[in-house]
Amino acid sequence: MFGYYLDLALHSLKRNKVLTALMVLALALGIGATITTLTVLRLLSGDPLPQKSAQLFYPQVDPYPENRPFSRSGTKLPWLMSYVDAMNLLRAGKAQRQTAVALAQVKVKPRTTEGKPFYADGVMTTADFFPMFDAPFQYGAGWSAADDDRRVQVAVISGFLNDKLYGGANSVGRMIRVEDRDFRIIGVLKSWAPQPRFYALHLGSRNYGKGEGVFMPLQAARADGIGPSMMMSYGSGSSMEHLETSPAIWLGVWLELPDASAVSAYRLFLADYARQQVALGRFQKSRTALSGLMAWLRGEHVVPDDARLQAGLAFGFLLICVVNTVGLLLAKCLRRSREIGVRRALGAGRGAIFAQFMVEAAIVGVAGGVLGLVFAELGLWGIRHQPAQYASLAHLDLAMFLFTFVVALAASLVAGLLPAWRACAVAPAPQLKAL
Amino acid sequence: MQIQPILAALRRHRLASILIAMEIALACAVLCNACFLIVNRVQQTRVISGVDENALAAIKLTGYDPARGVDLNARVLSGLAKLPGVQSVSAINQVPFGDHAGTAGITTDPEGKRFGGVVDFYVGGRGSFEALGVRVVAGRLPQPADYQPVDFFVPDDSAVWVTHALAEHLWPGADPLGKEFWTGRFHFRVAGVLAHLARPYGGEGGPNTIEWSVYVPAQPGARLAAVYLLRADPAQLPRVLRDARAAMATIAPDAVLDSKASQTIGNLRENYFRQDRVMAGILVGVIAALLLVTALGIVGLASFWVQQRRRQIGVRRALGATRADILHYFQTENFLIVTGGIALGMLLAYALNLMLMQHYELPRLPLSYLPVGALALWGLGQLAVLGPALRAAAVPPVVATRSV
Repeated sequence: MFGYYLDLALHSLKRNKVLTALMVLALALGIGATITTLTVLRLLSGDPLPQKSAQLFYPQVDPYPENRPFSRSGTKLPWLMSYVDAMNLLRAGKAQRQTAVALAQVKVKPRTTEGKPFYADGVMTTADFFPMFDAPFQYGAGWSAADDDRRVQVAVISGFLNDKLYGGANSVGRMIRVEDRDFRIIGVLKSWAPQPRFYALHLGSRNYGKGEGVFMPLQAARADGIGPSMMMSYGSGSSMEHLETSPAIWLGVWLELPDASAVSAYRLFLADYARQQVALGRFQKSRTALSGLMAWLRGEHVVPDDARLQAGLAFGFLLICVVNTVGLLLAKCLRRSREIGVRRALGAGRGAIFAQFMVEAAIVGVAGGVLGLVFAELGLWGIRHQPAQYASLAHLDLAMFLFTFVVALAASLVAGLLPAWRACAVAPAPQLKAL
Repeated sequence: MQIQPILAALRRHRLASILIAMEIALACAVLCNACFLIVNRVQQTRVISGVDENALAAIKLTGYDPARGVDLNARVLSGLAKLPGVQSVSAINQVPFGDHAGTAGITTDPEGKRFGGVVDFYVGGRGSFEALGVRVVAGRLPQPADYQPVDFFVPDDSAVWVTHALAEHLWPGADPLGKEFWTGRFHFRVAGVLAHLARPYGGEGGPNTIEWSVYVPAQPGARLAAVYLLRADPAQLPRVLRDARAAMATIAPDAVLDSKASQTIGNLRENYFRQDRVMAGILVGVIAALLLVTALGIVGLASFWVQQRRRQIGVRRALGATRADILHYFQTENFLIVTGGIALGMLLAYALNLMLMQHYELPRLPLSYLPVGALALWGLGQLAVLGPALRAAAVPPVVATRSV
């Protein structure tokens, strides 16, 4: 029967080409807009480390004085940590792994080549950064905790910087000049850029886009006078030179906690730590927070407002397109009342008529989906030429490709319900009389 | 034109009429809010910077040895001044639409109790005030003695020029000349009021704070180095900037030119608002597509009705109705349906606005958008129905006699 309905539907669609084209075009525009914006939204709100994100946690404490809270409302905890607190947590070693991160803009010059120095995004961090975030190495490896303590001048560089400076060859053991100091390269990463760049949040850089070029041990880089991109002071006497002892927050701390019991144990430890700091007079408030990676990203509204607004608009537009399709399908099917009357008189049941019109709607949906896919590709091409941080990442993947057809079919079937119901409600006798 | 028979006919096509009305209602809601968003975006991009944008360019250097800042200033200031076409070159800490470098909270008492807000300090060397082209509306111009050395951030005690907007915020209704304010240990006394001077990064504390700027005269030195303001004839500015950027390689080979920040102020402004312009463009595209789809829907259904009623039209024509009567019939019908849709659409528009206000920093939808949206949709409806209505009017009376 399906084949017969398909035949009937195609025949009917062909009979009124303009109306069919209008329906497909309107549906395709709505679907194209929706898929484009959803692709962007999915990209922006995605999980940066799907295999690991459930085990990564971000602790927060509040060293700000009572009369000068971090946020105007006083409810938000400071985004970052002071060096003292970060090092206390790292040294306590209560989590399976822990690391502190700061970003820095650094002047880079290859040692061997005569070239102009240029600026690269750098990360100052500690040994656990690479295993914690599953950063894959092309050559060499990261540094050890002992290297951190001894302030060894080593560096891990990213694949793209290695390509730029050494043509992609194994550069482990070579020297690289960072801020006019020599660092020995001990590792080269493969291309690695989790999106959103969760560890860069509030550290004075972009939330999306290509990763950093140079990774250096925190203490060694600080000893060379490299300063973080972001520093917020909560007391007087902060200075860039003595950040380690200043009342300033500038480090993001990340923890790896393998299971729920480890999380609740760490929560207790963190609360104890804050109370202890209050007792010592360092803190005035004992509030703490420990958020999972995804909760932290959601809480900080990483997804730009514009992207959500665009998705909302696109959905509104799709809704209008569906209403439009309902109207046009209805017009088409009411025009064929006589044909329906004849089919009913010849023995077709209501179900058969209903199925026939739903098949017709589905064909419109599939055609709308195919054309919508073209519009979505065009839309994404447009997004890639937008001046947004995430522009270069906007591509249609297989999941969204399939999802396009799900949306198209769902939209067209919803649109087809009402006309099909009206069609099968047509009473055959009056229609036959009018013939 | 009698409305009674039209309403009676519509009652027989309840479903289709309701669908068109619903489509119009949704379109009305989205249209009003999208237009409002566009106007908001465009207004944001209309910030008055208060400086001679088309005659100014910035040069920013990074990566130099901070200890050699004085030497760098001397080399760059004298080097750039020699370039043909340069009218003036001066040291400054930041420029409008560039990177901000002097943002700080101020208090109107020395103890730091009465908080005045977060403002931006433009710290400029000799010549920068004249080069910016800011307009003084009260007080005096900076004198050579006002330019003092900077130990850290700004001179310890300086005469400053504040914008009219900031003066009104700090001392509403009072004469701001001679008034004082502080930030930490630094003390400022207002020597003049500027008509306009926008902050480098717009109003992060809200649209009213865009002009909370202070101009502080200072001497270039280790703490005021690496950003330079170039002034040239607007026609020659692009060439002058190009020459200046090229000259940096010989004047300051030890420093890295920040090419993103070393632009004409006009370009910086353009980059600064690009995202807003793109968003406004997307919204315009959505509106166009929306109106197109709505119009297509009306055309489709109206054509169907015309075809369905060919015989009735023929009967009416045979009974003496003119072509104009038939035309007006379909136009009035469309008007009635669209009116119903608009009535519902206004409520939807308001509801949508309330929803947007919850999620985005957006003011309430001004009521004036509703009649404009209504007019647009009435016009769209009439335009869409014109074709089918004309076809209906062309139906000859003889149709009535066929196959009755």
